[in-house]
Amino acid sequence: MSLILFIEQMLNGVQFGVMLFLMAAGLTLIFGVMGLINLAHGSLYMIGAFAAAWVAGMTGSFLLALIASLAAAAAAGALIELTVIRRLYDRDHLDQVLATFALILIFSEGTRWVFGSFPLFLEIPPYLSGPVTLPGGIDYPLYRLAIIGVGLLVAAGLFALIARTRIGIQIRAGEADREMIAALGVNISALYTLVFALGAALAGLAGALVGAIQSVQIGMGEPVLILAFVVIVIGGIGSIKGALVGAILVGLTDTLGRVLLPVFFAQFMTPQAANSVGSSLASMSIYILMAGVLVMRPSGLFGKA
Amino acid sequence: MNLKTLAMASALTMAACAAQAEVKVGMITTLSGGGAGLGLDVRDGFMLALEQSGRSDIEVIIEDDQRKPDIAVQLADKMIQSDKVDVMTGIIWSNLAMAVVPGAVAQGKFYLSPNAGPSALAGKGCNKNYFNVAWQNDNLHEAAGAYATDATFLNAFILAPNYPAGQDALTGFKRYFDGNVAAEVYTQLGQTDYAAEIAQIRDSVADHVFFFLPGGMGISFLKQYADSGVKKPLIGPAFSFDQGILQAVGDAALGVKNTSQWNKDIDNPTNAAFVASFQEKYGRLPSLYASQGFDTANLLISAVASADVNDPDAFRAALKAAKFDSTRGDFAFGNNHHPIQNIYVREVIKEGDVYTNKIIGTALTNHADAYAPECKM
Repeated sequence: MSLILFIEQMLNGVQFGVMLFLMAAGLTLIFGVMGLINLAHGSLYMIGAFAAAWVAGMTGSFLLALIASLAAAAAAGALIELTVIRRLYDRDHLDQVLATFALILIFSEGTRWVFGSFPLFLEIPPYLSGPVTLPGGIDYPLYRLAIIGVGLLVAAGLFALIARTRIGIQIRAGEADREMIAALGVNISALYTLVFALGAALAGLAGALVGAIQSVQIGMGEPVLILAFVVIVIGGIGSIKGALVGAILVGLTDTLGRVLLPVFFAQFMTPQAANSVGSSLASMSIYILMAGVLVMRPSGLFGKA
Repeated sequence: MNLKTLAMASALTMAACAAQAEVKVGMITTLSGGGAGLGLDVRDGFMLALEQSGRSDIEVIIEDDQRKPDIAVQLADKMIQSDKVDVMTGIIWSNLAMAVVPGAVAQGKFYLSPNAGPSALAGKGCNKNYFNVAWQNDNLHEAAGAYATDATFLNAFILAPNYPAGQDALTGFKRYFDGNVAAEVYTQLGQTDYAAEIAQIRDSVADHVFFFLPGGMGISFLKQYADSGVKKPLIGPAFSFDQGILQAVGDAALGVKNTSQWNKDIDNPTNAAFVASFQEKYGRLPSLYASQGFDTANLLISAVASADVNDPDAFRAALKAAKFDSTRGDFAFGNNHHPIQNIYVREVIKEGDVYTNKIIGTALTNHADAYAPECKM
């Protein structure tokens, strides 16, 4: 394999990781701060993508579509927090899983009601489409570079929010001891709604960004949700830094595994056997990574023991 | 015999008479979740044909399998045991068909497949009560291989998800492709990001790409491929280019060659009437799935018109004769009850604002599937 191809695959891995980070950041915040398992996070991703596709279809503007995805997902997030999720904080995880699974079904069928059963169209805006030539002669799609850029910006913004702002202090305090910060006069339920809406908005943004290069369809969020759970388990639940590192690790492992494992097995197997063993093992690679991390660090890379 | 038993007996007799007067059809298809577009098209095509026939003696019970084999099996049990259906149809996916069909035909029900055609039901596992009105799974891929050979492509990059239908697809392509296979890549089922595979395509010596990525996987691949700037020609089966998907792919699919047993421009009166009436009733262009649903219903109607469903041998012979006007023109079953048909090459075009296909040639003529000789029937 040439060096150029290898670097291109590394970039692909990083881009996939950054996209996973947008999903995982919200999930880990919600889990870390509120102790809530939110299976409906994938539905918020879908809502973001559908809102973006709809607005892009109406206005033709990709920027407006992105704003719509943030707004729609945040609004949906705030709505379910106020009506459903709020009642689940004191319940055990099984109740939370049941209720949020019900939300997945409601959102999926609701979306079908509004938009029908066929996938929607959302395309890359002309100013971001096509490949650019990077130093070293690598042709790489500009849009994927843009996703990496947006993801890193969001990561920086989140770090600043958590580390430097008053809200960030309250979020961290809420994570440590929710009764105490409520006793200190912080409106904890408003804070929870805010954190939930923030996580939802990030998922919606991920859905819209990815919707332009993938299929905007019902049920698009669930496969990503599973990967996002793997990411937060690897990174350590509740840690934004862990989510970023875990996401990039998962992205690289998945992408490079898909490319390198068949090549590796071809050294000592027939091409056909190498192909099927390699691709089967590649689809397991991130779970093997997760198991390995958990053996070494049971609470994840950056989790609190 | 007291009055109560008498009443019950007469009620039962009446029920039996009613049952004799009509044919009960159980349709299990996918109407919710990611793959619902296919099931909707099959259902709508099927119901359109029934409506046009004006027959009131065919009753259809429709249930949603949610693309889950266990639910499909439950629904089939219910239809066979409590609804007492005579004929079953509707299943889209091969894994669901494998879960339902062998049991249903073993209990003496007729099964008419409007879509799935797994090889296990075409070869040694063929059954006298199983009829496939669409194709055997390998057929469209074989046609793609034949087209690639005709178009004098020499070096193929072939790509499919790592599951039985994906492996069948690549086997089918290679069966009719005479050139060299530069690389054979299996992706994960449901994969949405193809950057790694596209980078391999860019790097490979292949002069064209054959891919089988049905549904959302195909949408993702086509959009990402178009954006990558790789210009190697694409060839695929119709499953990534049906009417429901093309609108979501947009310009990225324009000009791509794909293989199908049906297209809306096949020139016969049945097809012209079907396309016009489907569009009028549902407000969208029909897909190949809709045409398969329509043909399945018309096959059933032709058999009901000439034989009694309670006489299985006569009804089976009427089905086998396939005396109906197909949207595909001539239609005949082979010995294993799978179609012998032409498979065409289509190109994706834009008509006004709508993306659709037009036929540009015939890949295989009167094509029967490779498993038919294994079927002892």
